Amino acid sequence: MTLAAAFFYLFAVLTIASGFMVIAAKNPVHAVLFLILAFFNAAGLFVLLGAEFLAMILVVVYVGAVAVLFLFVVMMLDVDFAELRAGFIKNAPLGALVGLILLAELVLALGFRFVRPGALATPSTPIPSAGSGVTNTEAIGRVLYTQYAYYFEGAGLILLVAMIGAIVLTLRHKEGVKRQSIAAQVARGPKTAVEVVKVPAGGAIIPAAADGRG
Amino acid sequence: MDSSWSWQEIWQSTIWPLVVMVFQSVVLLVALLVIIAFLLLMDRKVWAAVQMRRGPNVVGPFGLLQSFADLIKFVLKEPLIPAGADKGVFLLAPLVTSVLALAAWAVIPVNENSWGRWVISDLNVGVLYLFAISSLGVYGIIMGGWASNSKYPFLGSLRSAAQMVSYEVSIGFVIITVLLCVGSLNLSEIVNAQKIGLGTRLGLPNSFLDWYWLALFPMFIVFFISALAETNRPPFDLPEAESELVAGFAVEYSSTPYLLFMLGEYVAITTMCALTTIMFLGGWLPPIDAAPFTWLPGIFWFLAKVVFVFFMFAMVKAFVPRYRYDQLMRLGWKVFLPLSLFMVVAVAGVLQFFNLAP
Repeated sequence: MTLAAAFFYLFAVLTIASGFMVIAAKNPVHAVLFLILAFFNAAGLFVLLGAEFLAMILVVVYVGAVAVLFLFVVMMLDVDFAELRAGFIKNAPLGALVGLILLAELVLALGFRFVRPGALATPSTPIPSAGSGVTNTEAIGRVLYTQYAYYFEGAGLILLVAMIGAIVLTLRHKEGVKRQSIAAQVARGPKTAVEVVKVPAGGAIIPAAADGRG
Repeated sequence: MDSSWSWQEIWQSTIWPLVVMVFQSVVLLVALLVIIAFLLLMDRKVWAAVQMRRGPNVVGPFGLLQSFADLIKFVLKEPLIPAGADKGVFLLAPLVTSVLALAAWAVIPVNENSWGRWVISDLNVGVLYLFAISSLGVYGIIMGGWASNSKYPFLGSLRSAAQMVSYEVSIGFVIITVLLCVGSLNLSEIVNAQKIGLGTRLGLPNSFLDWYWLALFPMFIVFFISALAETNRPPFDLPEAESELVAGFAVEYSSTPYLLFMLGEYVAITTMCALTTIMFLGGWLPPIDAAPFTWLPGIFWFLAKVVFVFFMFAMVKAFVPRYRYDQLMRLGWKVFLPLSLFMVVAVAGVLQFFNLAP
């Protein structure tokens, strides 16, 4: 177990250090890269806890998708950090207050275990022990699709609504924009593509209307 | 000191497994890199043969040592770092690409026999691990493109990020259809589940008809094309489309950093070939479970299948023209996503209806 302890301290120190660097880094892109490192080390901590499914999902969702979008936005925007820092002193008391409340909540939540150690000993759905042959993926699935099925489906519906909302907000069909219609291209035949025009001697053809297909 | 801290104990519980693991990793790394050196040559030879050229044929017999000559050439050149580049991130990017690509091989099982499974870490969530690692591959490219502080690399890296995020979605759904049939996230279990399949249910002996390429045929094609897009292979090599972006994210890279990018790319391609082999082509299982085929060891069949999938990758590179960017996005989001999502529902329904679910 000494190896596991060594890795725990390695991951914990790296998580805290990179978390600090997220707010301390001058360059916003560096800040996002440190955030990714923090996620990665948190995933390492999950693996040490024996929750490898959660660890992998953390990497897939947060590192593989969410942080890519962060990086995208931060690289595209020209964020001037000197300007942002100008308001630091003004907002410091508010930030300190929020930090204090979070700290108090953490102390209360963790202190509960020290005051009454037996209070959390019997959770409603016991975690299967390592030797029982039930992998933690299966254990999560059993709880998620039976006991918490409605909450799970509710979360899914909320995400669906958010997705539809994002599409509705951004999808626009402007008039006069040339778009590729593959069905129209495939359906194009001699009848629709070739036009026989009778040209009068000495005259010229004036195209009736440019339909945009060239 | 109590007995739990004795040297014997520490040696047995910590140091000896570590030594074994390091030894296994080194063996895997050397074997993988040598195989990739020859796969790279094969790629170029296949490409040349389609275009009726000879391909590399000067270094060594039939050009067999070409990749090693390229390695020496890259390593001995001077690495150039642009003056305006973010030096740390610029040098970190190729390392991230190659290290992540190599890390994926820790969970890939290549054989199973009386010695056990030939894999460094027989992880319960092996498929998810591979999926996570392949989704991280984009960071090397984004970091390299951004740190170069130049237009073309930046545009290349933006394209790449959008492309990889898009195709990961369909790859994820394809993996889910396979997992529905297997009932486990362990890669070795996926291979073993393919011993029994469509062929045996029709009364045939164990053969290549049991593997999932036949039962999940449309998904096999979707996965193959998504794998091409995910690894930035032609016809989806838009991040480095030389006719538009010079060399994309790699414009400013030279010598060893460039070598590491190329190495990472080819390792990722080989990983995708191995994943295709494991999920759809039965891993190390012989094509027909009968005498002449079972004499050969499983690793031979595994390698043969990986090389076959790589050959298909190389052929696609040789004769398919490059996609336009909007066509690429259309294919990913409007064709593959609905198709794979429908197949998840259809496969789950069939498994449930015919009571085949594991």
